[in-house]
Amino acid sequence: MQTYAIQTLNLTRDFPSVRAVDSLTLEVPAGSVFGFLGPNGAGKTTTIRLLLGLLEPSSGNGKVLGFDIRDQTEEIRQRCGALLEHDGLYERMTAEDNLEFYGRVWRMSAPERKSRIEELLTHLGLWERRKEPVGSWSRGMKQKLAVARALIHRPSLLFLDEPTAGLDPVAAAKLREDLAELVSSEGVTVFLTTHNLGEAEKLCHRIGIIRQGKLIASGPPAELRASSGSPQLEIVGKGFDDSVLAYVKSLPEVLNARLNGDRLVIGSKGSLQSAPLVGELVSRGVAVEEVIKSQTSLEEVFLKLVEEDEKVEGGQR
Amino acid sequence: MISDLSTIVWKEFKEIFVQRPNLRGGWLGLLIFLFVFGVFLPLQSGPVWLESPASLFIWAWVPFIMVNSIVADSFAGEKERHTLETLLASRLSDRTILFGKLAAAMAYGWGITLVGILLALVTINLAYGEGHLLLFPANIGIAIVVLSFLVALLAAGLGVIISLRASTVRQAQQTLSVAFLLLFIPLFIFPILPGDTQRAIVEAFSRLNMTMLLVILGAFLLVLDIALIGLAIVRFDRRRLIMST
Repeated sequence: MQTYAIQTLNLTRDFPSVRAVDSLTLEVPAGSVFGFLGPNGAGKTTTIRLLLGLLEPSSGNGKVLGFDIRDQTEEIRQRCGALLEHDGLYERMTAEDNLEFYGRVWRMSAPERKSRIEELLTHLGLWERRKEPVGSWSRGMKQKLAVARALIHRPSLLFLDEPTAGLDPVAAAKLREDLAELVSSEGVTVFLTTHNLGEAEKLCHRIGIIRQGKLIASGPPAELRASSGSPQLEIVGKGFDDSVLAYVKSLPEVLNARLNGDRLVIGSKGSLQSAPLVGELVSRGVAVEEVIKSQTSLEEVFLKLVEEDEKVEGGQR
Repeated sequence: MISDLSTIVWKEFKEIFVQRPNLRGGWLGLLIFLFVFGVFLPLQSGPVWLESPASLFIWAWVPFIMVNSIVADSFAGEKERHTLETLLASRLSDRTILFGKLAAAMAYGWGITLVGILLALVTINLAYGEGHLLLFPANIGIAIVVLSFLVALLAAGLGVIISLRASTVRQAQQTLSVAFLLLFIPLFIFPILPGDTQRAIVEAFSRLNMTMLLVILGAFLLVLDIALIGLAIVRFDRRRLIMST
């Protein structure tokens, strides 16, 4: 069995006016759910197209399931499933016919197709509506069907390109739930692109952050949070003034502090003890009502990394 | 390869016959076509429908129209409806997708033309046969079958090349209609040629018998078809197509 489902080394793809993927070096362990995060136009879709052999790299190398992305593209596509930017469903055809077609494409036998279609549609709650043309369906239902289509042939690796984009929050949450269940029951490696950080946090074992074609960070979500973020302390109360703020900022354990209405928000190095600080604030006339300790969210990590990368790039110009 | 081709044909036929919403394709459009060319026109014309070279012209023209609408929908339609990228991401090879779609369009366009020809034969025999079997003259009968096939292939090859460049089905169909009109340019040009040139052309053609004329026409179409299909194979490359999805 392969240790890594995906490995790339300095993978680069140039278009006439832009470098869409820039020296991307990536390792995705087999059996994991890998989240590929980045703003719009960061190079996420181009990376998927390169990995599926739909585009030729300008330079660099890559292997997917042990096959070379330049020379063994048919072998790669044989073993992968994909839900790309668009759902790719034939809207004039019924849900059942859409799956039947792709079951035939992957040369599944007739009994195998029949049972797999029933299994997937039942799991996703679409079995009763299998005879309906999918053009009349909601976007959420179409996305679910597209997930079923991508999984019909039990692929070893599943590419999902922003699967919840354009869905309302309820439909997105339901699809995430279904995806998590299917991924765990099928034991498939997943390469998921998204700019929804909550989604990545819920589904992914590892995360890569890409900006302007470059990978700027990679690792498990907890590790990224620990390396990039600082714990936060939020003190709610009355009586904050500039002298209190100046005192807090002067503490050696404090990275930054700001007043937000009746809230004092403190970024710390992790060693800041809240009880003595609260005691000191009370002695300085602050009426403390609530103290909230929180970890940095993935969203904050993401924004910080992107901001840092922008600064580095700005400095280089 | 055969199994993959039949998979593409299965999907194309599902889209053409089962769930096609407009009248140009689907069962209703088909029935109207078969009634007009297989019943109405033969009844109006009588046995001359079988003997006249004009019927050859009509039966060669019909598959162009039939294939034209299917090919545009099959190729430009997949791009417009954003289904092509997913199909390209499947295990099917470029040539399987291309030839599967071509086979479906040909089977539809040429197949229906053949059914129409048979229906016309039955209509003429029932209405005017009086106990005798009326058939096409051999040269015209063979020419109808061969030329309608070559014209269907011409429409398919031209349709693929035009549809791959078009961003919508409508754009592809409009360009194909213009291409169809270009086939009639010689008919428009002939009357404005100088009298001497007209006479020379008429003389040149009159020296040829009907069979020879049909063979030349068939050979010309065959060369054109091979060139167009070859070009379609080159153009239908997923690494090129993916940029237009």
